[in-house]
Amino acid sequence: MRVEVVTPGLATSVQDAGRSGYYHLGIPPSGAMDQLSYRAGNLLVGNPETAASLECALLGPDLRFERDTRLSLTGARTRFTVDGEPQPADTVVDVAAGQKVSVGFATAGARAYLAVAGGFEVPEQLGSRSTYALGGLGGHRGRTLQAGDELTVAGPTSPPPPGREIPDELRVPLRKEYELRMIRGLYDHRVQPDSMDTFLAETWSVASEADRIGYRLKGGTPLDFVPREAPFGAGEDPSNIVDACYPIGSIQVPSGQQPIVLHRDAVSGGGYMMVGTVISADLDLIGQMPPNTRVRFTSVSLDEALAARADRARWLDKLRAALVG
Amino acid sequence: MTRYTLGGDEHLFVELSESMSLSAFFTGSLITRELAARGLSGILDICPANASFQVRFDPDVLPVARLRAELEDIEAGLAAASGILQTRVIEIPVLYDDPWTNETQLRFRDRHQDPQSTDLQYAARINGYDDVPSFIEAHSAKPWFVSMVGFVAGLPFMYQMVERDKQIQVPKYLRPRTDTPKLTVGYGGCFSCIYSVRGAGGYQMFGVTPVPIYDPEQRIAHLSDFLVLFRPGDIVKFRPVDRAEYDRIVAAVDSNEYRLRIAPVEFSLPDFESDPAGYPARLLEVLDAR
Repeated sequence: MRVEVVTPGLATSVQDAGRSGYYHLGIPPSGAMDQLSYRAGNLLVGNPETAASLECALLGPDLRFERDTRLSLTGARTRFTVDGEPQPADTVVDVAAGQKVSVGFATAGARAYLAVAGGFEVPEQLGSRSTYALGGLGGHRGRTLQAGDELTVAGPTSPPPPGREIPDELRVPLRKEYELRMIRGLYDHRVQPDSMDTFLAETWSVASEADRIGYRLKGGTPLDFVPREAPFGAGEDPSNIVDACYPIGSIQVPSGQQPIVLHRDAVSGGGYMMVGTVISADLDLIGQMPPNTRVRFTSVSLDEALAARADRARWLDKLRAALVG
Repeated sequence: MTRYTLGGDEHLFVELSESMSLSAFFTGSLITRELAARGLSGILDICPANASFQVRFDPDVLPVARLRAELEDIEAGLAAASGILQTRVIEIPVLYDDPWTNETQLRFRDRHQDPQSTDLQYAARINGYDDVPSFIEAHSAKPWFVSMVGFVAGLPFMYQMVERDKQIQVPKYLRPRTDTPKLTVGYGGCFSCIYSVRGAGGYQMFGVTPVPIYDPEQRIAHLSDFLVLFRPGDIVKFRPVDRAEYDRIVAAVDSNEYRLRIAPVEFSLPDFESDPAGYPARLLEVLDAR
């Protein structure tokens, strides 16, 4: 089935669970930034959990479907309509041939996931359908959607009936303030101890430069570095290191000024020191942060991070139990 | 002293040296290759960098303590290893002092240390060369190790096979540019790079290569098997070309008739260390045999 992109939205892209095994060549994992909402959407419409969906950042698209279908919108709250009629989020929705589906501006959260029965059909590249726009790879022609694009949906399928919804207790709450748990390390020894304490005590806010590559944060105190003689090849600035790999979720602080948290389209390496890494269980939260969201970092141990990871896995298991079959 | 540090619950970051050196890079190459060869389940990505490396893993399958023990075991065994790296040597033609990077430089002169000079004039002067041609000779005569691939898809960082006192060093732009021509040969710190895509950049710009190094559509002959040309550990030889030859190569690439000069080679660290001036030239002879 064909789907016409009437208006593309701000930065709408095809995403799935992402790709791994190519980061050493500068190709990041990509994939839906909020994996929980993305996977819930697929489960809701009866798709394999990792079918390709549309990630709608801040302002979503207007789409016209060639045939009758069913779909769901999960994640960010938006004005979500079919031919102008408001539709519920987190619920299977019927769409008739020729109707226009509109995903409006996010009123809570930052990324809505549009899952359609059958999943969006784009060629797999390096084992994934996810868009990596910086490298022109994957998704629909390696880029975000444009007006006039024509997408394809796989089919036919027999999706669950309209009205089926995600149970209340399995809907991730969207907030205006988040705590991000991180494991200190990497180059945090370059920062004076009391300056690192301040970094962790302060509330930051998401700056306008916040995208799939990374989230810039503002409003906190610049870091105070431990004096050193610059190592050969690093660069003179106290925040410079000999160019190294950047973990997904790592928090770099160029010139000690504004932290940047790297996400699923991360630049894979560079020459800025990092003070730690957001734990894997909390990366989904970042995907739901629009500009001006307030953020605090909390330092946790590896054991705490692994416990949070197990909690997230149990959450996904509950979603599967509630929505599969 | 090797430093192990966590990158959250999914990455182990291993710093071999705080400063750049050929031996740190070489050690990282050998450790990461051996780790890949051991085929541990739960490893998602092994990323060598200049003087460090990073392993991304699934902690549900592979506990980090087990991964670290494996890496320590590999490192302990390296002392007895031969210092041999099986790799490839690749020739990259470069049009130095080209019109496109020169035009781009002019648009961002306010972000440069020395707005009165070109990037090449500036780099030649601060590295003690009499003129730009002798600087280009130094940049292109001796080969380079691809010490890291990344930042963006397929971008190689390269470290030159010369003694420390002959290393070229330049600062990055004061503020990054918002534009860099695709396939620009750049320089920052002690590293050369080739920009695989057009975009932002902070490295000084010395020239452009006509040879594509990244092709997500895999139409170009030497990228038809895989979309990224360079791998960490590759050896690169820059060959200065004039505008006429640059244009000929571009035309050959466009008609997909260009054939990359590339050959397998064995690099020996002991041989390099005993003859750092002469060994790199011998290494390149495999290209002439093709």
